Amino acid sequence: MIEIENLTKRFGDRTVLDDISLSVGSGEILAVVGPSGAGKSTLSRCVSFLERPTSGTVRVDGKDFSRLDGDELVTARRSVGVIFQTAPLLRRRTVAQNIALPLQYLHATDGSVDKRVTELLDRVGLSDRREFFPAQLSGGQKQRVGIARALALGPSNLLSDEATSGLDPSTTKSILNLLSHLRDEFGLSIILITHEMEVVREVADSVARIEDGRIIERGSVEDIILDPASPLAHELLPDRPSVALRGAGEVWEVSYASRDVPLDWLTSIQSMPGLAGTQVSVLSASVEAIRGVAVGRAVLALSPSTPAGFERQLRDRGLHVRPVGAVSDDEEAA
Amino acid sequence: MNYLAQEDFSTPWSRVPDLLLPAYGQTWLMVGITMALVVLIGTPVGIILHNTSALGLFPNPRVFNVLNTIVNVGRSLPFLILMAAIIPVTRFIVGTTIGVAAAIVPMTVAGVPFFARLVQNALREVRSDVTDMGLVSGGSHVQVIRSVQLSEALPALAGALTVNTIAMIEYSAIAGSIGAGGVGHLAITYGYNRFDDNIMIATVIALILTIQLVQFTGDRAVKALTR
Repeated sequence: MIEIENLTKRFGDRTVLDDISLSVGSGEILAVVGPSGAGKSTLSRCVSFLERPTSGTVRVDGKDFSRLDGDELVTARRSVGVIFQTAPLLRRRTVAQNIALPLQYLHATDGSVDKRVTELLDRVGLSDRREFFPAQLSGGQKQRVGIARALALGPSNLLSDEATSGLDPSTTKSILNLLSHLRDEFGLSIILITHEMEVVREVADSVARIEDGRIIERGSVEDIILDPASPLAHELLPDRPSVALRGAGEVWEVSYASRDVPLDWLTSIQSMPGLAGTQVSVLSASVEAIRGVAVGRAVLALSPSTPAGFERQLRDRGLHVRPVGAVSDDEEAA
Repeated sequence: MNYLAQEDFSTPWSRVPDLLLPAYGQTWLMVGITMALVVLIGTPVGIILHNTSALGLFPNPRVFNVLNTIVNVGRSLPFLILMAAIIPVTRFIVGTTIGVAAAIVPMTVAGVPFFARLVQNALREVRSDVTDMGLVSGGSHVQVIRSVQLSEALPALAGALTVNTIAMIEYSAIAGSIGAGGVGHLAITYGYNRFDDNIMIATVIALILTIQLVQFTGDRAVKALTR
């Protein structure tokens, strides 16, 4: 469990983090999102105790570690496993030796190190890469080594600082799956610092958005998605490019995030009263589940024009409807 | 022509090894002892220099500035001047100002700041995220310096050792000019002062081959240490 309370960090007279409070409980994944320069990496360095907050506290499993020095600080750092964007590894050590590093720092015996490393390699699926050097690994494999190293001392907390940012989509997915499984298996509290909404959609239970060093929105992913006024929710919605409309028509964007919207809303549109004779073209559409909530967005074109009551009928079904614009035959010709 | 008259000054080739080999041995003795001292003293100085800088594990502007200035002063003086300037120090330490022992003092004084700077540069090349990784893995400063900084920089340090050794061979030749013994002394006293062309040629060839050998060995070591 990690609790961040009123964390403020200033470099000189520049305030990088301003009164940040967040917490992540056991078995929970918290995503911290925000544009670059928002203060995400400073937050990460405060949580991994590489940087000392100007004020406020960072408590790990109930203990305040944010004001420590020397040996105590070294001990505090062991309570949070950290994985980095660049998956830094020691180039002159094998995979097994890299994973063993935190154990060797603790002067563990060779036998116990070997046993633990074998377990960890197995857990991250790299048993056959044991004696490889980092230069011989792919980006995803390096990150797996990083995860195994971060877990070597069995911490109950994990901090991921943009760990999937340099990876391709399928590798990102497999790393996120691994983190999610590890969370379930060990009841880890995980903080994911990221700028990728994909990461939030895939694994986060809760999310906080920071901008200019302040938290501007936070909550459980479910609550945020269900809140139609939330800017973060809008970013979480799948947004796909639309096909251009041919001919005249009026274009509407229909979106929803709900447990209650009937899943046949799109296919049943045609049978809505008053729509007979209207052609409904689907210009783009996607539906997915985020934390069990059905989330969808469709861009529809109604030709030749929108019948009265169309908007209201969709709203009655729990959908958000927004006119995008009209395309006339003249414009089309031009 | 005067060719034959000039030849008269030269040591016959058959006798060159008798002069060259002991001198060559002296050169390596000077360079070997000096390098041992240089590595022993220069490495910690370089480590402290890097880690007290803004990029280091324990930034400390005051310590850094003092050390940085000392290293710069040590590297400012041309070796010949340095050697003359510290004669009292040399006499105090080894009790004499000529010979192999007397050469080792100024060579070490010149070599330590040089090596310290090379070590600092090598450590600076270790990416900060790798150092951070060592710290979050629960490493103390000493552990991170050993297992991350020095270990990652080992190929670069082998390169630094090569450069430094070659510089010390060069310095030993300069030290030879004020009576330190070694190949340099031989080249000055026989080759230069006595117009002994054979000795001059032999010493030049010996030095060229030596430098080539040191560089080749160093490059091999760097390659072997790089993963």
